[in-house]
Amino acid sequence: MGYLQLMGFGPDGWGSDMLRATGMTVAVASSGFAIGLVFGCLGATASFSKSLALQAAASSYTTALRGIPDLLVIYLFYFGSSSLISGVGSLFGSDGFVSAPAFLTGALAIGVVSGAYQTQVLRGAVLALNKGEIEAGRAYGMGYFLLFRRIILPQAARHALPGVGNVWQLVLKESALISVIGLVELMRQAQVGSGSTRQPFSFYLTAAALYLLITFISGQAFRLAEARSMRGLRRGV
Amino acid sequence: MPFDPLFLWQTFIALLAGIPLALKLAVFSIAVGTVLAFSLALMRVSRRWWLDFPARFYIFSFRGTPLLVQIYIIYYGLSQFPGLRHSLLWPFLREAYWCALAALALNTAAYSAEIMRGGLLSVPAGQIEAARACGMARVLVFRRIIIPQAIRQMLPGYSNEVILMVKSTSLASTITLMEITGMAAKLISETYRPVEVFACAGAIYLTMNFIAARLFALIEWSLWPERRKTRGPVDLADQKGELHV
Repeated sequence: MGYLQLMGFGPDGWGSDMLRATGMTVAVASSGFAIGLVFGCLGATASFSKSLALQAAASSYTTALRGIPDLLVIYLFYFGSSSLISGVGSLFGSDGFVSAPAFLTGALAIGVVSGAYQTQVLRGAVLALNKGEIEAGRAYGMGYFLLFRRIILPQAARHALPGVGNVWQLVLKESALISVIGLVELMRQAQVGSGSTRQPFSFYLTAAALYLLITFISGQAFRLAEARSMRGLRRGV
Repeated sequence: MPFDPLFLWQTFIALLAGIPLALKLAVFSIAVGTVLAFSLALMRVSRRWWLDFPARFYIFSFRGTPLLVQIYIIYYGLSQFPGLRHSLLWPFLREAYWCALAALALNTAAYSAEIMRGGLLSVPAGQIEAARACGMARVLVFRRIIIPQAIRQMLPGYSNEVILMVKSTSLASTITLMEITGMAAKLISETYRPVEVFACAGAIYLTMNFIAARLFALIEWSLWPERRKTRGPVDLADQKGELHV
């Protein structure tokens, strides 16, 4: 069977399966990215807090999660939540291993990992703000939330955008690891396809091309957003 | 789940056996990847489109796809071609170890090439002009002026890349290699005690990465005398922390 027929949309073509799997990859990566943003905001806020305990928590969170392989974290979340669910299940009389939902645990795992990177990005973005502006805002009598909404957020978002784009690319590529816990995303679908057709190269190369397409499109989107966020600013260099 | 120091200790000892393989993968792939990356970086700054373009394409495709897909293409994918299966390369391509090594090296080459390019471009044009004006030949300029400064510039980024590579060796476990993560996954499925096993494996990775980061801080300290403070290499480690993906 030729390549075009194999990846086509005909009766024995795998085109629609691969496209559906691509959608799943985008879905799980977006969820992970969103969770990561939440963790990143929490982490960055904690790192700026006056409490030493919170600062230490934020810094050990970023150090640990950036130093441990993502695959290991995915295993922890998958097997951890599975044994938790099995434990709860055994209370209600079911016995044996109940596996955790792969989408949820996978998204959570890459969310927690990317949150560590996101913390660093957001922290850097806030640190890049002009201190005088914050003092000026305070001097005007702005409360914390008003100051955050009017002064900090708009400018920090602009500074953070390139780094956030990097983290998105990272999350997208990490999402391939969720295939090891059985979620049928692009990587898993390619495995299934190559298993039943014995054409692994065609499938993995197609998967690679689809990943490349997503990273390219989202990269362009982030570049546009960056350019848009910079409008009205004079560039020094 | 009761706290069980004995189990933790046994797990830790069992996982230690995975370190040599992980280190071998990391060191060799970084060594090969660095050589490749240097050629790619030279191609990128060559100002000749027929050198620049292939390097650009290589970097784009390896940085735009997951490492896992690269590993699978090399390990599972290449077997699709009967020609390759009967070639001299097959004894290597059949082995998961060589495939993982190749994939890791090709992958890190793409990332390191961009780091090196940044380092090369950071050398001020005035210095290169001055060296040329002093009568230095291109190769001498490269050796005396560009390389020493480029290396210093790229060290923080390169140290991040090395840490990422140590982490990336964990993917070798997906093609049956029993390094630290592979052993951890096996232990988890045997004992159903994911938290303890994870803690042990995580501690090993953190230690390895900590040592790598300190080594690079030390190199940076020794190569950058004017930035040295009185307290020694510990200070420099805090200056990086930029994101490299």
